[in-house]
Amino acid sequence: MEKVTRVAGRALPLGRADVDTDQIIPASYLKRLERTGYGDGLFAAWRADPSFVLNDPRYRGAVVLVAGPNFGCGSSREHAAWALRDAGFRAVIAPSFADIFRSNAIRSGVVPVALPADRVERLLRAVERDPGTEVEIDVASARVRAAAAGIDAPLDLDPFTRWRLVEGLDDVGLTLRHSDLITAYEARRPSWLPHVGGTR
Amino acid sequence: MSAVATSVAATLAGKVWDRHVVRRTEGEPDLLYVDLHLVHEVTSPQAFDGLRVAGRPVRRPDLTLATMDHNTPTDDRTPDDLAQRQIDALVRNCAAFGVRLYPLGSSEQGIVHVISPQLGLTQPGMVIVCGDSHTSTHGAFGAIAFGIGTTEVEHVLATQTIPQARPATMAITVDGTLPAEVSAKDVILGIIARIGVGGGAGSIVEYRGSAIRSLSMEGRMTVCNMSIEAGARAGMVAPDDVTFAYLEGRPHAPKGAEWERALDDWRALATDEGAAFEREVRIDASGLRPYVTWGTNPAQSETIDGAVPDPEAFADAARREAVRRALAYQSLRPGTPIRDIAVDAVFIGSCTNARIEDLRAAAGVVAGRRVRSGVRALVVPGSARVKEQAEAEGLDRVFRAAGFEWRNAGCSMCLGMNPDVLRPGERCASTSNRNFEGRQGPGGRTHLVSPAVAAATAVKGSFALPSDLR
Repeated sequence: MEKVTRVAGRALPLGRADVDTDQIIPASYLKRLERTGYGDGLFAAWRADPSFVLNDPRYRGAVVLVAGPNFGCGSSREHAAWALRDAGFRAVIAPSFADIFRSNAIRSGVVPVALPADRVERLLRAVERDPGTEVEIDVASARVRAAAAGIDAPLDLDPFTRWRLVEGLDDVGLTLRHSDLITAYEARRPSWLPHVGGTR
Repeated sequence: MSAVATSVAATLAGKVWDRHVVRRTEGEPDLLYVDLHLVHEVTSPQAFDGLRVAGRPVRRPDLTLATMDHNTPTDDRTPDDLAQRQIDALVRNCAAFGVRLYPLGSSEQGIVHVISPQLGLTQPGMVIVCGDSHTSTHGAFGAIAFGIGTTEVEHVLATQTIPQARPATMAITVDGTLPAEVSAKDVILGIIARIGVGGGAGSIVEYRGSAIRSLSMEGRMTVCNMSIEAGARAGMVAPDDVTFAYLEGRPHAPKGAEWERALDDWRALATDEGAAFEREVRIDASGLRPYVTWGTNPAQSETIDGAVPDPEAFADAARREAVRRALAYQSLRPGTPIRDIAVDAVFIGSCTNARIEDLRAAAGVVAGRRVRSGVRALVVPGSARVKEQAEAEGLDRVFRAAGFEWRNAGCSMCLGMNPDVLRPGERCASTSNRNFEGRQGPGGRTHLVSPAVAAATAVKGSFALPSDLR
């Protein structure tokens, strides 16, 4: 996965709850064979509205998205995380995340940062007041800081996940270190379990 | 935990989880073995490419099954160029890596979550994953089944395992008798209305209680399918005689002595007496009614007897704003009775409601009636086999005579990535699972309903119950 040790810069305020992955990137943008090139699809339908915050030039170059609870609900499309990354976002701060999106984001080098709702609210207000508000997510030392919003909080990511992010580790490579355990497990699977019939 | 699991009352989810742990280490997620990996054309090309780049094979092609369903047309139109590239890539990848593929035109092709159960590949006690959030469907058999992203698809292809943090357990118990005209779809819409779109986050939900037990396997699949719409990692129902009767004799179900051994094992999977869940929700079945969503997430619903809510009635400012936004998108006025909302289109299909029982329920309503003039109505069977069976039962003739289009199997109008889309501003009664903005096509307006309500609505032209037509 992509290596992320620290994300620092300006933030985009999107104070909506339950932002689903169909909004983050509509299905018509998923028809690619590559892992990149999804930036144009980011919030494509909402962007058609000139007053949508992503069209606001004051937030150009933002690297952190600040959103409402249950961010990334719905479809499992990893393209949602890819679209954020391709559009320059390296972290999303929200009170909570949908499970699949959270996992996809970590694997795509977009850090999901869960903060208590009142702090997210404070950050949203600060960023709306001053688009120049600086936010810092230090993955290595597990801190989230936004001085203008009075935030200096622990980063709610387990050490194992932070280690994978900081080292940019390949999950497949990590798992294949335990091939012997996988093989041993396979030897004790019940015999009635189905086989699809592909070629081994 | 697994070491002591035998002596402690355990949940269905806990038992299935523990028997799949390949590696457990403090401070890391469990490494789970995957018994069945389902693959489709949209979320897999980058995963196969990843294998190519690293020079890795698919570890267990014999536990991997691919089909094409998401961007495929369901009539004689051809896929657009980009969709065709994904379809071609899947054919190429399956051939190169030795994965069995049921392509368009195959008698086993269909929506990935419809074909696996129908083939008997989905069985109790398994761990099943797919790059699709509605993988939760397979939990109806007492399997742990969940959606994964493309990077995880690559991981499963390469290792047949997936690292997963153990989710919390949640019991949703629906006791009592379901009222007339209340279907499995209404059960899950009613559940989501109560717990919210994030209500199941971080959890595996076990659906329990007499109302759940009374559902057929297809009904249980409908319920588990929409677990993700409550944010749950997975949904499950303990296997019982209904499950076993459904499975017996299916192509991939165990046979002979293996069947008997499997049955003994499956019977022991149910949650033990006294096992504790981290969260419990109880719902009285008699309080459920047919539901119609009015908003832009699956929790924003009302009973068909109700009316579009007034944003001002919500105390919480954020909720109020969300309702206001939803009503603006849906072009609905507060206070409008649900039955007064007219539709432009009706879609009967998707991994939620395109199995034979769904089509029978809808056909039973439209038999001898006509789709209201001006309403575009289509029926899209969940698989080529469902289509074949429906045609053998004459359901296609019932639908066609009523003015429905009768299509080939696929995801169709559920997700707006194939030729079946709503036009901007069109309003649709849909048996699918998501009413997000633009889900069925940019600017389209979706209202989620059961197959019977969709059928009655097609006839009436506005939301209706079958009993309203009499």
